[in-house]
Amino acid sequence: MPVKAIKDYPLRVADSVDKFHGNIMLFVGWDQHLMFCAPFAWALPPAMRFGDLIEGIFPASFGAHPDFALIDWSKVEWLKSGKPWAPDVNKSLAENGLGHKDCLRFRTPGLCGIKGSGS
Amino acid sequence: MDMPTTTKKKLGIKEKYALMTRGLDWETTYQPMDKVFPYAKFEGIKIHDWDKWEDPFRLTMDAYWKYQAEKERKLYAILDAFNQNNGHLGITDARYVNTLKLFLNGISPLEYMAHRGFAHVGRQFPGVGPRVACQMQSLDEMRHAQTQIHSMSNYNRYYNGFHSFPEMLQKVWYMSVPRSFFDDAYTSGPFEFMVAIGFSFEYVLTNLLFVPFVSGAAYNGDMGAMTFGFSAQSDEARHMTLGLECIRFMLEQDPDNIPIVQKWIDKWTWRGIRVLTLVAMMMDYMLPKKVMSWKEAWEIYFEENATALFNDLARYGIKMPDCAKQALIDKEHISHQAWATFYQYSAVSNFHGWLPSSEEMDWLSAKYPDTFDQYYRPRFEHWAKEAAEGRRFYNTTLPQLCQVCQIPMIFTEPTDPTQICYRESEFEGDKYHFCSDHCKHIFDDEPEKYVQAWLPVQQIYQGNCFMPDADPTKPDFNPIEEVLRYYNLQNGRDNMDYVGSEDEANFRAWRQTSTQN
Repeated sequence: MPVKAIKDYPLRVADSVDKFHGNIMLFVGWDQHLMFCAPFAWALPPAMRFGDLIEGIFPASFGAHPDFALIDWSKVEWLKSGKPWAPDVNKSLAENGLGHKDCLRFRTPGLCGIKGSGS
Repeated sequence: MDMPTTTKKKLGIKEKYALMTRGLDWETTYQPMDKVFPYAKFEGIKIHDWDKWEDPFRLTMDAYWKYQAEKERKLYAILDAFNQNNGHLGITDARYVNTLKLFLNGISPLEYMAHRGFAHVGRQFPGVGPRVACQMQSLDEMRHAQTQIHSMSNYNRYYNGFHSFPEMLQKVWYMSVPRSFFDDAYTSGPFEFMVAIGFSFEYVLTNLLFVPFVSGAAYNGDMGAMTFGFSAQSDEARHMTLGLECIRFMLEQDPDNIPIVQKWIDKWTWRGIRVLTLVAMMMDYMLPKKVMSWKEAWEIYFEENATALFNDLARYGIKMPDCAKQALIDKEHISHQAWATFYQYSAVSNFHGWLPSSEEMDWLSAKYPDTFDQYYRPRFEHWAKEAAEGRRFYNTTLPQLCQVCQIPMIFTEPTDPTQICYRESEFEGDKYHFCSDHCKHIFDDEPEKYVQAWLPVQQIYQGNCFMPDADPTKPDFNPIEEVLRYYNLQNGRDNMDYVGSEDEANFRAWRQTSTQN
């Protein structure tokens, strides 16, 4: 439903992709690991290899969790917008079909957070 | 000749009120009245007879000044005494001071925004009754902002984090939560503003904001903050009456108004509940001497009081907002989720974070027997162990935010406390993310409004949160330090853990000096 306004209401998107200097925003959350209070946000080049996200970016962000070192990345289950999804780690973010403000989640079967609490 | 003596008695309040507020304006002839009051109709609210507005309190300006001046004299006498006696050394513990930082940074500027908002809608209502009432409330809100700033300014002489509150409201990441709440209300039409602030916030939710802060001040020995609370109390009673009268008036004027008012109540109750997450964590984690748990406050002030209120409104066809069902579940969780957030992001906050002590965790277990031990204690105990081993956990990656409430996406599914709640919408080719069904619903109803949200995380990544002389191309560029410089946040003093902070050390030293030789 359009905004009720006294005159024309122009569309002003505050975070459209053209404002990110060639990067796209990507959100990633680790299910059942709520020690990280919310999913993370990054601005990344779309040509970045998906594997570099896991190897180069994740350790600094998720590495503080004791489960992180135990992850078997070949068994990780991915969700994109809540639906099962399979990345190719050797392809780029763009080639994996990831666009601006896409939201990924990953699940690590067998690793359920601190003392299994989901934390 | 004798002077004629008047036998006319002094005017009664009702007469005086009528003389001082009615018949002072006129129907314009050179310009249509719709141009005089351009905002009166676009929201779709139909008003047929403004004279049906019943002034809930007949206060004239002269009486208003008299009452308020009397309250000010009492307030400032107490504040002076408190300050001159170094009252700040009598508080329970300097951790308490962080609740004042939260209040001064996040709430007092909203009082000022309320002043602007009521001045604006007061100008825009064609009816004189609400115009007068809004004018009084506008002045009240200005007074509240001032008295709060004055009450807390003494703390600024001794403690960190108070120094730049108007600037920080505009810049610091979590401040976008209260700020966007008010910006949303302020940029709506006058009727929606009245439902948003006058009714949903001032009537339905106000006790959940003021009672915890004022009682918290009383329990923790802060007579200054306690006194401004009491000084505002009689005003708040007037504001509640105005909010309710406005709802009643809209509903009685035309049946077509009912669905519009219901939609606004639904929206603004949820928007308010999300902002109150900050109060929830304040009650459960930040007060050294606790008043009651957030859950208990919610049960008294919302579940009991608001249920009675909505039962009363049922005769107009208004029902309890649907979001109350989720809030009933969330009351067990939000304070823990919010404090865990501020604990891990306290490197970029303008107040300190800390872990609950083992006694405090036992208190939380007792207050939250169904959730704390199962979901939250393991998290805090893990962090305590890490901190003891020299690895105090600071999260340095920016979080995903909800497009509407702007809170990081910390809230869990109503059906599963171990699962973050993800919601998503697409609009004009872009994706938008939400913390809940209710925030998504608000967005979907007016997407053009919320795509404009100034989300701090997005703004940082666009490079908009650095000082003009910052150079991101330099090899030693440290984005976090540069963002803190932009916030005007004194890195190492205003932020980080309370343990080891200047506030903690100073308070201990000063208290010792005041009680020992």
